[in-house]
Amino acid sequence: MLEPSIVKDEEVEYLIKDVYEMYGYDFSEYSRASFKRRVNRICLIDRFTSFAELRYTLINDPEYLKRFVEEITVNVTEMFRDPVFFKTLREKILPQLGTYPLIRIWVAGCSTGEEAYSMAILLKEANLYHKSLIYGTDLNPSVLETARSGVFPLQQMKLYSENYMLSGGKKDFSEYYTANYDSVRFDKSLQEKLILSTHNLVSDSSFNSFQLIICRNVLIYFDRGLQERVFRLFDNSLENLGFLALGAKETLRFSNLDKSYHQVENQKIWKKLDHN
Amino acid sequence: MKNTNTELIVIGGSAGSLQVILEMIKKLNIELQFPIVLVVHRKAHSTSILPVLLQQFSSMEVVEIEDKTEIKNNTLYIVPADYHLLFENKKIMSLDSSEKMNYSRPSIDVTFKSAAEIYGENVIGILLSGANADGVEGLGYIKKNGGKVWVQDPETAEVNYMPKHAVDEVDYDLIITPNNLANYINQL
Repeated sequence: MLEPSIVKDEEVEYLIKDVYEMYGYDFSEYSRASFKRRVNRICLIDRFTSFAELRYTLINDPEYLKRFVEEITVNVTEMFRDPVFFKTLREKILPQLGTYPLIRIWVAGCSTGEEAYSMAILLKEANLYHKSLIYGTDLNPSVLETARSGVFPLQQMKLYSENYMLSGGKKDFSEYYTANYDSVRFDKSLQEKLILSTHNLVSDSSFNSFQLIICRNVLIYFDRGLQERVFRLFDNSLENLGFLALGAKETLRFSNLDKSYHQVENQKIWKKLDHN
Repeated sequence: MKNTNTELIVIGGSAGSLQVILEMIKKLNIELQFPIVLVVHRKAHSTSILPVLLQQFSSMEVVEIEDKTEIKNNTLYIVPADYHLLFENKKIMSLDSSEKMNYSRPSIDVTFKSAAEIYGENVIGILLSGANADGVEGLGYIKKNGGKVWVQDPETAEVNYMPKHAVDEVDYDLIITPNNLANYINQL
């Protein structure tokens, strides 16, 4: 069933203003169409029958904020999503990264961590894991807790295993986890090189330099202006000849940065040109 | 039907809808003063063969939507597999990879509702053949906001579940067949 139409356009603006003024989360440059759906969805699942109730709860219950941020952001992700993309990483990108003494990868907007774990598996299979660090960041602390636990629903493993094989994986995917009733726990070793921390792409700055930044299906929730700012943040965080990877339907084409990047084959991967 | 100005047509379809769409685009013969958006259920990893296929038969430009695609008239837009499509306004479309709706992403309901909110009486929603309940609720929103609802005659549908539910549950404006759909659009 579709979400109800409880919250009006102007009420969405009030809500964004409240959340920013009270808690410092800035959603003002999020795409409105998706954001409004999420607000109405929260009304449905948390049983608010009016905008006033939702606003009252947000203003008076700081504990509820965590829940709000978790539900307002989309946390749908999967392991090896778009297998061909991961196949390209495996075959074309990792061999180039392998020439570095230390490989630093940033998975920006990593949500519950499925792509960070996928990267860990790719690096292991390329024999590069021992000299790699994977930074997974998200604005939402509760999804990072899930990522940290390494526990995922068992029912997803059939899809992940298929994706893994299509990405060029040669092993039995179940070697990477231990099943327990309806969930699985991924191998502890996949967390050894994984650093998880909160980071808000809207308000936080660059915190390191990387050879690969992966940010897939995050920018679709931002308007063009914010997308451009985030591209600059990535540009500032990427070494020369480093790679930026976006989601299947996202593009650097409309950005001013397009000129200083070269697209890898027809994949959503761009290589930063050397411009010293 | 000429009294309101059509600014957008959204067509939703699932199993058995491709033939109807092909038939339609072969017969569209005027420069349309609005865009057409196609929401067709596809497998998540399907490569983008559909735009290439449709372009072979279409005089209009066929575009698979990317994030923040600008909306132009006389263009046939296809929603990509594994994303929902939303309208920001009458100029920009956004993609969204949130939870599936009716076991579907893209969901026809999601796009119909978004179109209803942005285009009001200036949108026509068309539901074709399919085996899923997706689309019927969205047609209700289009109707409620003053837009027009066209449904494929269930008798002519390869899989009639979807159009049959629409006919039963929505106050439709027009029943179309694979043969006459393009004619109705040409006359708008």
